Amino acid sequence: MSATSSVLPLPATGRVPLTLRFFAALDRKAWIALGIFLALALIVVPVLNLMVPPDSVFHVSAYAITLIGKIMCYALVAVAMDLIWGYGGILSLGHGLFFALGGYAFGMYLMRQIGRDGSYQSDLPDFMVFLDWKELPWFWLGSDSFGWAAFLVMAVPAVVAFVFGYFAFRSRIKGVYFSIITQALTYAAMLLFFRNETGFGGNNGFTDFKRVLDVPITAPETRLMLFALTAIALAATLVFSAWLVKSKFGRVLTAIRDAESRVMFIGYNPLWYKLTIWVISAVLCGIAGALYVPQVGIINPSEMSPANSIEIAIWVAVGGRGTLIGPVIGAFAVNLAKSWFTVSFPEYWLFFLGLLFIVVTLLLPQGLVGLWKKIISKKQGAQA
Amino acid sequence: MNAQTIRLDQPDGGDSATQLGHVVTGELDLSHGVALYLEDITVSFDGFKALNNLTLAINAGELRCIIGPNGAGKTTMMDVITGKTRPDSGKAFFGQTIDLTRLTEPEIAHVGIGRKFQKPTIFEQHTVFENLELAMKTDKRVWKSLMAWLTGDDRDRIADTLRTIRLDHEADRPAGLLSHGQKQWLEIGMLLMQEPKLLLLDEPVAGMTDDETMRTAELFVSLAGKHSLVVVEHDMAFVEKLGGLVTVLHEGSVLAEGDLATVQNDQRVIEVYLGR
Repeated sequence: MSATSSVLPLPATGRVPLTLRFFAALDRKAWIALGIFLALALIVVPVLNLMVPPDSVFHVSAYAITLIGKIMCYALVAVAMDLIWGYGGILSLGHGLFFALGGYAFGMYLMRQIGRDGSYQSDLPDFMVFLDWKELPWFWLGSDSFGWAAFLVMAVPAVVAFVFGYFAFRSRIKGVYFSIITQALTYAAMLLFFRNETGFGGNNGFTDFKRVLDVPITAPETRLMLFALTAIALAATLVFSAWLVKSKFGRVLTAIRDAESRVMFIGYNPLWYKLTIWVISAVLCGIAGALYVPQVGIINPSEMSPANSIEIAIWVAVGGRGTLIGPVIGAFAVNLAKSWFTVSFPEYWLFFLGLLFIVVTLLLPQGLVGLWKKIISKKQGAQA
Repeated sequence: MNAQTIRLDQPDGGDSATQLGHVVTGELDLSHGVALYLEDITVSFDGFKALNNLTLAINAGELRCIIGPNGAGKTTMMDVITGKTRPDSGKAFFGQTIDLTRLTEPEIAHVGIGRKFQKPTIFEQHTVFENLELAMKTDKRVWKSLMAWLTGDDRDRIADTLRTIRLDHEADRPAGLLSHGQKQWLEIGMLLMQEPKLLLLDEPVAGMTDDETMRTAELFVSLAGKHSLVVVEHDMAFVEKLGGLVTVLHEGSVLAEGDLATVQNDQRVIEVYLGR
């Protein structure tokens, strides 16, 4: 049982407070690893960035911070994808949509924070002036409030996921059919957001951000703060997900993945289980999108392109489905490779990505984590 | 005597009676001694009638065996009872009040019907213990599952069932590693954890050794009385050991009914089994 390897001595039975259950979700090694990760992100990286002179080998550049911050957002998306795919057995090829929706929701706030510092010195965002709009569309109402933006970051993906998921799961759409429909969904949304009339800046999207919470967005301190927030969000997501998959809910979820009809015949309604994890996954993507946009400084409809969503699935497959650390490793491995490739051999990146997917599917069905476990067990076998 | 009973007594009653008596989520009412009542059930797939005006009643506490050649409609009948297949026409009632044709699979499980599949269907990635835990009768909504934590009583119940199905030494093994016979037992154990009133068992002893088969028969006989059991089986030694009434299905309807010796000597039954 899950309690056996926990940090705290939990009673095996009876009522256990939820906070203690969160502690029990990770074993001691995992908590230590998480602590080291947070110490690096919250203390070591800021010190190396601010205190160490740029010519030192130990200096961490602003470029590196933005890159790692961006990849941590991707890792968060990958964990969200793993919850629905690795544990729920439902392959979504439209998770880029939820990521972009979160990004757009927060982007609206960032656009309003520009104030009159845009090219046209207007209260309206530049693209609206350019389109000769005289006032904000109704759905921009309240977008100058950080609290409302933070709410929308989670609420918009949640509502879209709930409505879509309810009808899809109720109709018992499964497997490749579900994947194709999610792919179509994100593509349709991309076309919608490409239109100027939609009110989200058309194909340019949102960019040229100046401030967030009234502080300059490109200042080193702001950058580090966003970096730290992303690290905290990733860590919190990992703990939350660990609790989720180790709860009875998680066991029902994997049971649905393995034998859905048996789950129904013992009295669970898979619809609500799938819908719950689907909405949770979408909300996590929305949060990742909101952290991503201020760090990279742009959000546009290309984030909704089908290729982006497929890439998310590749991160998870490379890292290892059905483990929580796998998607994080996969997101880092693939994206670090991508940033190296796109500088050194830009024209070969897509070939490499395709090759990677084939190799992982054929040779490493459990991803890098599976490979690591195999090596460990072989070593132990050799010693025995 | 409530409206529902009237409806059962007068199956051709008008629409108003049907609506009056329509209790979808009623409590299980076995007061009239009938646990399961199928009437004129017809199911066709592309013109082929898998069930053809099937009428069948199972009494509360009864142990009934269903036999019949391949394609007689045994599995389709179970699909209708558990909500997997909707009949084209006919009635299916659980007790006096529960209309099975209106409920979904989880709802039917919830009112007290458990099903064992022909091929053992268990959660192979989960441990034996977890398989039983998931099957255990409890509130099975999402929020309750998120907050669920086993009580001492729960553990005792799981331990009891583990002993009953003789898997107490395998509790922490992944269920996928069990032998075929053990998987069959685990699935039966999962049924028991649901505490159903009616158990549907589709070829429960397929792939078991003779010894396991006889132990299963003893278990089923001990369950009868408290539960109603419907067992589909080809193994005549097993059917004989169970005792009780035997129903022979053929081409989607009941061909003969009686104790095993009677149906085995029935001329029509002999023709169906041997005449091909």
